[in-house]
Amino acid sequence: MPPPVDATSASSLRPEVALQLLEQSGHGPLPGTPGTDAWLQALIDALVDLSSRDALTGLANRRSFELALSREIDRVARSGEPALLLTLDIDHFKRVNDTRGHAAGDQVIRAVGHVLAETVRPMDLVARVGGEEFAIVLPNCPAAFGPQVAERIRTRVARQPVEIAPGEHVNVTVSVGGAFAPQWVRTTARLWMDRTDLQLYRAKSEGRNRCCLEPAAVSLVSAEEKGLLFASSTFQDLT
Amino acid sequence: MRGSRAGVDMNSATQSGARVTAVTSGKGGVGKTFVTANLAAALARQGERVLVLDADLGLANLDVVLNLYPKLTLHDVFTGQTRLEDAILPAPGGFSVLLAGSGMIEYSRLTPTVRDQLHEVMQHVRPRFDHVLLDTGAGISDVVLYTVSLADEVLIVATPEPTSLTDAYATIKVLATTQPRRLIRLLVNQVQRAGEGRAIRKQLQLVVDRYVNTNLDKPVMIELLGEVPFDGAVRESVIKRELLIEHAPGAPAAVGIAAAASKHLAG
Repeated sequence: MPPPVDATSASSLRPEVALQLLEQSGHGPLPGTPGTDAWLQALIDALVDLSSRDALTGLANRRSFELALSREIDRVARSGEPALLLTLDIDHFKRVNDTRGHAAGDQVIRAVGHVLAETVRPMDLVARVGGEEFAIVLPNCPAAFGPQVAERIRTRVARQPVEIAPGEHVNVTVSVGGAFAPQWVRTTARLWMDRTDLQLYRAKSEGRNRCCLEPAAVSLVSAEEKGLLFASSTFQDLT
Repeated sequence: MRGSRAGVDMNSATQSGARVTAVTSGKGGVGKTFVTANLAAALARQGERVLVLDADLGLANLDVVLNLYPKLTLHDVFTGQTRLEDAILPAPGGFSVLLAGSGMIEYSRLTPTVRDQLHEVMQHVRPRFDHVLLDTGAGISDVVLYTVSLADEVLIVATPEPTSLTDAYATIKVLATTQPRRLIRLLVNQVQRAGEGRAIRKQLQLVVDRYVNTNLDKPVMIELLGEVPFDGAVRESVIKRELLIEHAPGAPAAVGIAAAASKHLAG
């Protein structure tokens, strides 16, 4: 355990690298006199903010997203409010990267992130969770609105060509997968994300540039599943 | 993460007191309530303090199975007309019951009030018993899912009929994708021959492995708690509204349930 920080030991701290990092990320000077509690708190806050954000888009990064997701699960388990999780993936992103270069790819990611942040409500959290993958937590989102919300996000992205160089635009689309948290029941972040990822995979395999939301409960049993379920010789003389 | 803060809900397997088992089935009419009542009686016979809570709020029929005409029910507790301890009644078979009572149809949807009340009931009964069996409603409604989430363990009752197996599988699937629980117990009722329960467990596990577990980071395991043979004595006991385990302890179905109870006690 590191010893507790107090103002008297502050002189022995080495904040230079932290300050450089903040400066490089565009953070202005910290308020207050260096070494004081208030200054240290401002430094910590600035570092927390920096480590919660994605450097390229300024959106929440995967780390802070997972924290927010656990909090939302807590809330849903207690309040029973419906909450929707969406995962989005830029379609054929590799193509942009390969043919137009990585700078263009970065431009596309930034532009999509911007559209997402503009499209959702202030209470929703947009995060960049992977290379060309985004996630959005939408608290208090009634089940009936889920498809509309997802569709609005998809069309906004599709309607906004991205300028990758002066005068040069590319059209970008996203595939969207979504699932609601089970109300009242305490799920895990992992399970919830797995369910949305499954829907994203479905959206991709059904041709991309579309939204797939999990049906209310995955209680549907496919013919294929039934086939295997009754495959055993056990049932042959019972049916 | 669970229980780390004051006021978090109690979807917890770590609380002291009773082992809480939710008994559910997917499909109705597979003998879920019959199994629950007789399992409770079998546990009571082994000296355990057992409570059966009729959590089939919309369509309760534990009172019918047990031939009880309760004056006080969960409905009276929920409406503030009686204290919870007064609604816990002795049942034939040496266990206690908390019956839903008619009028509970209004609770068949999970509202914040119902949720809080169920939560409170669970907190009250946990320290007072060794085992609590929650007889949930059929189907996969939000009340059923919530009730199951309150329990430490879940037991699915199924029969070898394809419709029952399909619904049992659908229940497992929904539980697997919405709750962190990874062990699901199975009791196969009305088997036609010895070993059928084992075969059914194996087949369910096979389908779960192929279609459910591939999408999970920790696989769902199905464990067979027991099989209960098809037995004419069951129908007789149901019609007479008696507990099979009390009135015909030597009947094959009663023997099957007693064996399941022993396995339940063994962990």
